[in-house]
Amino acid sequence: MTAVEHRPAGFENNDQKPVGFGRMLRKEDARFIRGKGRYVDDVQLPGMLHLAILRSPLAHARIVSIDTTAAEAHPKVKAVVTGAMLAEKGLAWMPTLSNDVQAVLATDKVRFQGQEVAFVVAEDRYSARDALELIDVEYEPLDPVVDVRKALDPDAPVIRTDLEGKTDNHIFDWETGDAEATDAVFASADVVVSQDIVYPRVHPAPLETCGAVADYDRVDGKLTLWSTTQAPHAHRTLYALVAGLPEHKIRVIAPDIGGGFGGKVPIYPGYVCAIVGSLLTGKPVKWVEDRSENLISTGFARDYIMRGEIAATKDGMILAIRTHVLADHGAFNGQAAPLKFPAGFFGVFTGSYDLQAAYAKVTAVYTNKAPGGVAYACSFRITEAVYLVERIVDCLAYELRMDPVELRMKNLIQPHQFPYQTKTGWVYDSGDYEPTMRKALELAGYQELRKEQAERRARGELMGIGVSFFTEAVGAGPRKNMDILGLGMNDGCELRVHPTGKAVVRLSVQTQGQGHETTFAQIVAEELGIPPADIEVVHGDTDQTPFGLGTYGSRSTPVSGAAAALVARKVRDKAKIIASGMLEVSVADLEWTKGAFHVAGDPTRSVTIQDIAMRAHGAGDLPDGLEGGLEAQICYNPSNLTYPHGAYICVVDIDPGTAKVTVRRFVAVDDCGTRINPMIIEGQVHGGLADGVGMALMEMIAFDEDGNCLGGSLMDYLIPTALETPDWETGYTVTPSPHHPIGAKGIGESATVGSPPAIVNAVVDALRPFGVRHADMPLTPSRVWDAMRGVPQPPI
Amino acid sequence: MQVSMTVNGEPVGGEIEPRLLLVHYLRDHLGLTGTHWGCDTSNCGACVVWLDGEPVKSCTVLAASASGHDVRTVEGLEKDGELDPVQRGFTECHGLQCGFCTPGMMMTARALLDRNPDPSDEEIREAISGQICRCTGYATIVRSVKWAAAYEAGQKSAASSNGSAS
Repeated sequence: MTAVEHRPAGFENNDQKPVGFGRMLRKEDARFIRGKGRYVDDVQLPGMLHLAILRSPLAHARIVSIDTTAAEAHPKVKAVVTGAMLAEKGLAWMPTLSNDVQAVLATDKVRFQGQEVAFVVAEDRYSARDALELIDVEYEPLDPVVDVRKALDPDAPVIRTDLEGKTDNHIFDWETGDAEATDAVFASADVVVSQDIVYPRVHPAPLETCGAVADYDRVDGKLTLWSTTQAPHAHRTLYALVAGLPEHKIRVIAPDIGGGFGGKVPIYPGYVCAIVGSLLTGKPVKWVEDRSENLISTGFARDYIMRGEIAATKDGMILAIRTHVLADHGAFNGQAAPLKFPAGFFGVFTGSYDLQAAYAKVTAVYTNKAPGGVAYACSFRITEAVYLVERIVDCLAYELRMDPVELRMKNLIQPHQFPYQTKTGWVYDSGDYEPTMRKALELAGYQELRKEQAERRARGELMGIGVSFFTEAVGAGPRKNMDILGLGMNDGCELRVHPTGKAVVRLSVQTQGQGHETTFAQIVAEELGIPPADIEVVHGDTDQTPFGLGTYGSRSTPVSGAAAALVARKVRDKAKIIASGMLEVSVADLEWTKGAFHVAGDPTRSVTIQDIAMRAHGAGDLPDGLEGGLEAQICYNPSNLTYPHGAYICVVDIDPGTAKVTVRRFVAVDDCGTRINPMIIEGQVHGGLADGVGMALMEMIAFDEDGNCLGGSLMDYLIPTALETPDWETGYTVTPSPHHPIGAKGIGESATVGSPPAIVNAVVDALRPFGVRHADMPLTPSRVWDAMRGVPQPPI
Repeated sequence: MQVSMTVNGEPVGGEIEPRLLLVHYLRDHLGLTGTHWGCDTSNCGACVVWLDGEPVKSCTVLAASASGHDVRTVEGLEKDGELDPVQRGFTECHGLQCGFCTPGMMMTARALLDRNPDPSDEEIREAISGQICRCTGYATIVRSVKWAAAYEAGQKSAASSNGSAS
């Protein structure tokens, strides 16, 4: 960084240089702005070979034969591998994160378009691709299951013939809440509103696709794997289980990751192929998927067909919510969620309201589509839950002819009710909802907007105002009930303070852009008084960091952030004992002010953390029984999730001639408890809001009746640009988490969760003159046009 | 085939396959991995570099087509250890998160400011509309470019007032 600190007018306070919490520019930016980030595809090793994957052109077909002769004869090809060859080594199938199995390479059948069938390892990228063209696969096409609503028909083709005794496409039925009590409330309610709501299949599409470089050293038997993973430790354990390599001989490195959004949580066949390629050739092997491969084969999100029902009194007291969901999980159940939560955290569909009863049933099925089910910043299906409740509440407001804000305000959980146990068993840790909603109303100028809307409506213009209020549940999770394939969802943290008072903190979570190198330095700085610039944050390398489950579901700050604070407190406790020796007073006589201990009542007698660090490592006596050094390690098991909340208001205009929706304004007021770095929090919110615009208006992975993916490139799968997104207006309230050491809650996915219903509610509000109560995402001009004509169609 | 070109002012060249894309030539042959590849279809703009001063998407330019021309990449933005104001602007205004789109965004931003030193929000949004960022939601990128514009305006006025004083 240059020494110049001159800033233009208005930006003087850009970097507050906090020793702790506050606005601080990111430490990691220095490399990114110079083009010196190191992503997986930037890894170049001597003798490295390149791997390319042959994928199925069909959604459902039996593999009759595979002829690899011509590919093997290609002069630059080093290996060609099929499913049959992997089967001989017991590697043709691997476990998914939901305890299903998934084919690494297809052996018997292909089950979705884009499924991995064979791979080639060659001297360069282009030759590997060339050789794919030389592999001859004969397929016998089978009828595909594309329409999820027909997946359980008695005559539906059975997709998972690999599972012994499987005679249908059913995966699971999962229930939560009390069906009987809910039915009783519905039976006696004044008003019942029912609405079919589809959350279509979308894709996280991080700008960096998935990839890996596997380097197996035949001499010491060690495998080093650079990979695009959000969970390096969990992946290492799973590779040990799949490939039979001892865990200490596997090193997973997640270098810089070009966005994850949940899409880089699962283990994909390509990673395993790269490992096999390196085992076979004894050379480093790189695999990087192209954009089409990314969109058609890696973790999708949503695909929930929901029937929502809400019961209320005629004056707008919400009594109960009931929902049935049909969930499309694709060809393998590859959902990444805590194992005891097959529908993720969909159970928080009761939202931010005080209900008498609630019930949900989710039925999951196989179809001939890519596997997955949890990805794209969803907090384990809370996107679906919040969309359902915030849409159905608006439907109720429509029927009651009530203002949607008034209806929500009337039903919000009150501050004195926290901790609040929902009717589906979730314990919301803290919340003060009304001030958050009021702040959003104030920022938006809600009453003025309604006046403007009335005027515009009178002129025939289509303006809509949409509101959503959400409660998130993030920070999985307590090991008593949350694990991924038997691995407890806890996170380790290790902190060492060097003799000169500089420190290194090692994390088990991994950043994909969230700014951990800054935020975690700030957490330690807040606790120890060491400036963030003096604290190195190490992450993304299993050989250098303690075990933990990684970054997804907004869990880094709730889990790992707690670990960082507590490990710093452990170090501080030891520092206090050393300080008592240095100042020759008892520990009880010492007081801490950030960065130093001083004798109670005499601030002049003090030692700084830097002094203490030198004493801890230096010559001279330490208090009796105390080991030298100043370091600590911890594994944090959260007692509960954290429950951030927010109130969002969206203003849209719709062109009556073209049905094109423009998001004119978007106001987001978030409460994520204690705010570590407001700049980074705002950035996380902005990104999620853009996601919301994408999902509400543009994005959908669609299929034709043969199971061909229609969203296989960025020309077909539309992602918002700077022209589709407004200049976000943000605000905040602060309700600390009572059980988190620093009171912080997760923020990474709040906006992705909260914004789609606000946008859809705004579009539906704009279409009120047409009598529209609901229209499904994505609200493209053609779909809005259908709604205006009175024939809104579900997207699937 | 043989190619030769200048990249960030340095003459480079060598034997390549005729079909080699410029993005792969820069990354794999020259080791300039700051230019990223993201989509193949010219939609994402992670691969934007300058060809004779014009931003182009290097995933849809053949290295052969760049032969005899002048290429500039993100690695060429910093001059004599001094960051370009656009680079500083992105840090100052949190215009990046994962950093993958950042090099392309900065190359476009620099080209914009060279033509239009005081762009409006709309002009900035239009300029970067051929590029995708999945992290920032774009508003901070717009602010970053405006920071750079304001910084350069300040430098210019300081230089001219110094000039008039001497």
